[in-house]
Amino acid sequence: MFSAIQPTSTWYLILAAVLFGIGAFGVMVRRNPLVMFMCIELMLNAVNLTFVTLATALSNINGQVVVFFVMVVAAAEVVVGLGIIVAIMRRRNGITADDLSALKG
Amino acid sequence: MELFVFVVAAAMVLGGAIGVITRSNPVHAALSLVLTLFGIAVMFVSHDAQFLAAVQVIVYAGAIVVLFLFVIMLLGVDRTEDVNIEPITVQRPLALIVSVGVIGIIIAAVVTSREVLGRKVGGLDETTMSSPDANIRQLAREIFGNNVFAFELTSVLLLVAVIGTVLMARRVKSSGVGK
Amino acid sequence: MLDLVWLVPALPLTGFLLIVLFGRKLGDPFAGVLATTMTAASFVVVAGIYFELLSLPSEERKHVVTLFSWIPVGGLQVDMALLADPLSITMALFVTGIGALIHLYAIGYMHGDAKFPKFFMYLNLFIFSMLMLVMGENLLVTFLGWEGVGACSYFLISFWHTRDSAAAAGKKAFVTNRVGDWGMLVAMFMAFAAVGTLSYEGINHAAESGSLAAVTATGIAMMLFVGACGKSAQLPLFIWLPDAMEGPTPVSALIHAATMVTSGVFLLTRMAPVLHAAYPWSSDVIATVGALTALFAATIAVAQTDIKKVLAYSTVSQLGFMFLAIGSGAYVAAIFHMVTHAFFKALLFMGSGSVIHGMHHEQDMRRMGALRKVMPITAITFIIGWLAIAGVPPFSGFWSKDEILLYAFANNRFLYFIGVLAALLTAFYMTRQVIMVFFGEARWNDHAEENGAHGDHTPHESPWTMTAPLVVLSGLAITGGVMQLPFSKETHWLEHWLEPVVHHSEANIKGTWAYDNKWLLLGLAVIIATAGIAASIAVYAKGKFKAVEPQLLADAWRYDSSISAFVGGPGRKAFDAVAAFDAHIVDGAVVGVGTEVRAASGLLRKVQSGLVRSYAAIIGIGAVLVLAWFLLRGVL
Repeated sequence: MFSAIQPTSTWYLILAAVLFGIGAFGVMVRRNPLVMFMCIELMLNAVNLTFVTLATALSNINGQVVVFFVMVVAAAEVVVGLGIIVAIMRRRNGITADDLSALKG
Repeated sequence: MELFVFVVAAAMVLGGAIGVITRSNPVHAALSLVLTLFGIAVMFVSHDAQFLAAVQVIVYAGAIVVLFLFVIMLLGVDRTEDVNIEPITVQRPLALIVSVGVIGIIIAAVVTSREVLGRKVGGLDETTMSSPDANIRQLAREIFGNNVFAFELTSVLLLVAVIGTVLMARRVKSSGVGK
Repeated sequence: MLDLVWLVPALPLTGFLLIVLFGRKLGDPFAGVLATTMTAASFVVVAGIYFELLSLPSEERKHVVTLFSWIPVGGLQVDMALLADPLSITMALFVTGIGALIHLYAIGYMHGDAKFPKFFMYLNLFIFSMLMLVMGENLLVTFLGWEGVGACSYFLISFWHTRDSAAAAGKKAFVTNRVGDWGMLVAMFMAFAAVGTLSYEGINHAAESGSLAAVTATGIAMMLFVGACGKSAQLPLFIWLPDAMEGPTPVSALIHAATMVTSGVFLLTRMAPVLHAAYPWSSDVIATVGALTALFAATIAVAQTDIKKVLAYSTVSQLGFMFLAIGSGAYVAAIFHMVTHAFFKALLFMGSGSVIHGMHHEQDMRRMGALRKVMPITAITFIIGWLAIAGVPPFSGFWSKDEILLYAFANNRFLYFIGVLAALLTAFYMTRQVIMVFFGEARWNDHAEENGAHGDHTPHESPWTMTAPLVVLSGLAITGGVMQLPFSKETHWLEHWLEPVVHHSEANIKGTWAYDNKWLLLGLAVIIATAGIAASIAVYAKGKFKAVEPQLLADAWRYDSSISAFVGGPGRKAFDAVAAFDAHIVDGAVVGVGTEVRAASGLLRKVQSGLVRSYAAIIGIGAVLVLAWFLLRGVL
């Protein structure tokens, strides 16, 4: 009987929105830089899901093309970001995001 | 059937997301991320985006999360972070407002336009979904047809990112080098 | 030839530039020869232009050569243009002519000076500036020359700048001139605001046609007069001229006798239509100031002992006569006197320079005497100059002074009387000078040892480079009166020559008592001159009466010291108050703004906590707001 209800694109879009919100919350609340980075990956995945859903909903393959490129760029971003984190955190152990406050005015 | 797949995949996704933001041990958080990524991959498949699902698993879950784990181990930051205390008192309410606001606005936008968007999920196009490699074909035609320049640029981007990171993260022998 | 009028200032300018570049290589005397040649060549060109103008009918004697457009800014269109008309060519003739003679004289006078080329560099620059002044087609080109001659005057007065008194005199001259320059600037502003152009053609045409309101004309005229007072050393701005005698004698002869100081007279004559369109009291002001200056300076000259100071005050006095003429509407007489004065005053100054040179730089007349025996040429030429300035016929000074007094009588009897008194004193103190220097007992040996002289210090005659110009000028001083003889209409050559420039504004005294009885007044002038000379001879040569030379007059009525006292005392207090106001209130306001901004930014600074997460939170809130706007944009 559940087969009568079909998940529409709207459901996927709402799920992606929720995932995005959870990721945003995580970036602001977590202090460990690596975990903050993971939350950013959550947000990126939410966006990817949105694009794929819309590609199907609008019958346009370009949504998936965008996702392809987003994945490539995300990979590059992770590489660079982790490099930065390694470079910063190698010096001092137990660093949290709150300790990097050199921009204090 | 699709409903069942959707519910399971959604549970994976949301469960993994909650895990990422709540687990104090970074390794546990990384594994929760893997759960989310798998859920997303399943959802890609249900949208007939098989290629992307494969890439998702290989690149995201297979490479990126592994990278994360490497760095965690390298830097020894598996020390847990105390999630109960929050030094900036206003931060949590503020974050709550932001995330609820974002979710709410997007849901409002999506719901408003559900006539346009709310189609039955089931692949892109009946005619093009005839052959098993339809998705790859279409995708390849788009990427290497209209977007070949962007494609080349992203490869350059990857190269630049790799070189830059190698330079940045190496241990320099002389003293007094800045971050 | 008329189109070559630009050559006239260009030649001395070239001389200046050549000496700037090669002066040290040229040295003594070739730098001087170059400068003299340039000025003499300029004179030749001017003479050529003069003859060409003569060949034209009277109404057409006006040629403008525009070199380039100097200031084309909106409503203000000023060209670098030169005007060749009777007035400017008359001025240019004697500026370049006497200038060339003085250059020649200076070769001899400045021989042996370490800065010989520099002197001629400044002299040529001066001639250039003066020519721009007199040949300018508009007020701005004239002002360029005006400022230029002021600057050159400063350079040349303080030429021997290692002497404190010379440096101070240069500064005094420049500052006093500046006060006058303010007047000229204000006059230019008013003229531009009223007429919309600065060219003489435009302004004078507006004045003649009556489109220039009398109020504006009076304002312009009075402001120009302030400028003229500064440049031509009238009351109250005359104090720089006696101090300017610190400069070498050729400078005194050229600048402070013949040329620069006549700029004020020239300017007022050039703007004669404006003076004519002004209220009548403005001319009275000019005449009164001129007459009073003439008398005032003459009284001071009576008591001076420095040979050059006598001549300096005499110059101030004679300039007063010229302004008296202008105020009485006698522009032709003013120009006439300007030219004859240039001849005999330059002659007198150069003669005194020759005396100083021969006396080994002794300038005190009390230590001279009987110099006619050892310096005959100097003595004879000096005597000719003396007779000219005293107003003895048939020398040139007599005719010009008589013309001025005639017009003064027709205008205002009281001012005539003051002029007569000044003329009497002129004859008196000049005779006194001649007697003290050239006649009487030779006093140069008295107290000579005490004054540091050594060896054979008998005075000697000067070289030919110095005496030749003296001879030329004495010839001109004798014959110069021919320009404007009062015998008949035909002999009024200068008046006919200058007619296109001043005909509108020249006072018409036909039919006045003065005009009808001009021979009576002429005879009176002769009597006055003779009386002055006789009185002086009686006092100084024959010793019949005691010489009256009060200290008050020698101190120039203590004019300088009273100004210093005023500026030092109440003046200083006022300046200090203004300075305090500036420091505390004006600066305080500016600093206060800074302090306020600092306090505000101190508060704002707290937003920058440096914590990445709070930045992320704020970015998030911003993003939410933007999204909300996008969403609601379609709804609202």
